[in-house]
Amino acid sequence: MDGAWIALTLTLKVAGWATALNLVLGVGVGYMLARKRFWGRDLLDAAFTLPMVMPPTVLGYYLLVLIGSQGPLGSWLKQQFGINLIFTWQGAVIAATIVAFPLVFKSARAAFESIDPQLEQAARVLGVREWGVFFRVSLPLAWRSILAGLLLAFARATGEFGATLMVAGSIPGKTQTLSIAVYEAVQAGQDDVAGALVLVTSVTCMAVLLAAGRLVPGRVAGQG
Amino acid sequence: MGGVVVWDIDVAKRFEQAKGRFDLMVRFQSQSQRLVLFGPSGAGKSQTLKIIAALTRPDRGRVSLAGEVVFDDRTGINLAAQDRRLAYVFQDYALFPHLTVRQNIAFGLRLGWRNPPRDIANEAVDRWIKAFGLEPVERRYPEQLAGGQRQRTALARALVTQPRALLLDEPFAALDRNLRQRLRSELSDLQQRLGLPVLLITHDEEDVRHFAEEVVHLEDGRVVDLSAACEMVAT
Repeated sequence: MDGAWIALTLTLKVAGWATALNLVLGVGVGYMLARKRFWGRDLLDAAFTLPMVMPPTVLGYYLLVLIGSQGPLGSWLKQQFGINLIFTWQGAVIAATIVAFPLVFKSARAAFESIDPQLEQAARVLGVREWGVFFRVSLPLAWRSILAGLLLAFARATGEFGATLMVAGSIPGKTQTLSIAVYEAVQAGQDDVAGALVLVTSVTCMAVLLAAGRLVPGRVAGQG
Repeated sequence: MGGVVVWDIDVAKRFEQAKGRFDLMVRFQSQSQRLVLFGPSGAGKSQTLKIIAALTRPDRGRVSLAGEVVFDDRTGINLAAQDRRLAYVFQDYALFPHLTVRQNIAFGLRLGWRNPPRDIANEAVDRWIKAFGLEPVERRYPEQLAGGQRQRTALARALVTQPRALLLDEPFAALDRNLRQRLRSELSDLQQRLGLPVLLITHDEEDVRHFAEEVVHLEDGRVVDLSAACEMVAT
């Protein structure tokens, strides 16, 4: 059972980091696409949505090409900072972040677009600068939907398999997350281990979905 | 009236809309402290108000308020909405739904990136809550307010920042008849007490009759008439 707990804590660590990164990236990109008019916006939206529809293994392959030791980003990181991301838990974080990213930016964009523009205008006329308008009006009003998107992203990152396996491999205690551990256990014929891992995964995802379900249909801009 | 030109507007803007092109060319000067922009819906009243408040940028022209040029495309002057020191009351009030009445009113007194706390202590906020009789509802959220309370909250929020002029977009349209009459006279008293220039836009002749000192008559994006209020009502 020790293996299951190690895999669980690693999975939660990877999913947690991926969610935190997506909070910044997804909200930023969602806000930009909701508010700015520029050439190629639809193209950018489509590109950012790709991770949702492409097979994770294809994403993993792209990532390998990009951040592998021969890749443009990978060789630069190695030369400049001595950083290698392949077969590390940080590599797993990057894979999970990209796979879960559309869930956050999609819900953030929709939430920002549903805000009455007059509320932001009212804040400006009252003297508040753009950053203040964002943190005091836009973000609080969009927060519920963003939080729901983040929880879905966390669940998605928890279950990530394909891209993570391609980029980070399956090193027990280092990069072997729950979903990969399940696969390995089944391959090795350890049905009891697989069963325990599946149970832990299911309970985790169920808890996240229940939390998300409580937030989505919630009242607009709640009390407090 | 001290002979000072309060409103000096000369702006043009072309709007490309789904239903076609709309050209706004509005030009008027007035010394009035109680000016009403009057006209049917679609005449360009709201757009004019938004241009004055820097919520919409005109293609060209000049906006001067009480002697200060806040927009002039030839000299490149264009004060941001934050710097024009105007109060703006939106047609449906645009109260912040996630903040209480007290927080809404205190909103413009804090210019950082955090909202005022629910129990913010501030003398000006207290004074306006009292002046508008909002004490019983100061901890409520906008969705829990009656129409008149919403309007008073919006007015208090606008006035607490000590603006140099008050802009009102159809302030009584959302209210029933009795309330409309009461709030009209409240606004009238308030204007006299504060000596604050007010620009009100409306399509309701009753508003003109009860409030206007001078009327700018707008139709299809153009000023068709600028007159003292009594003349217009007589016609």
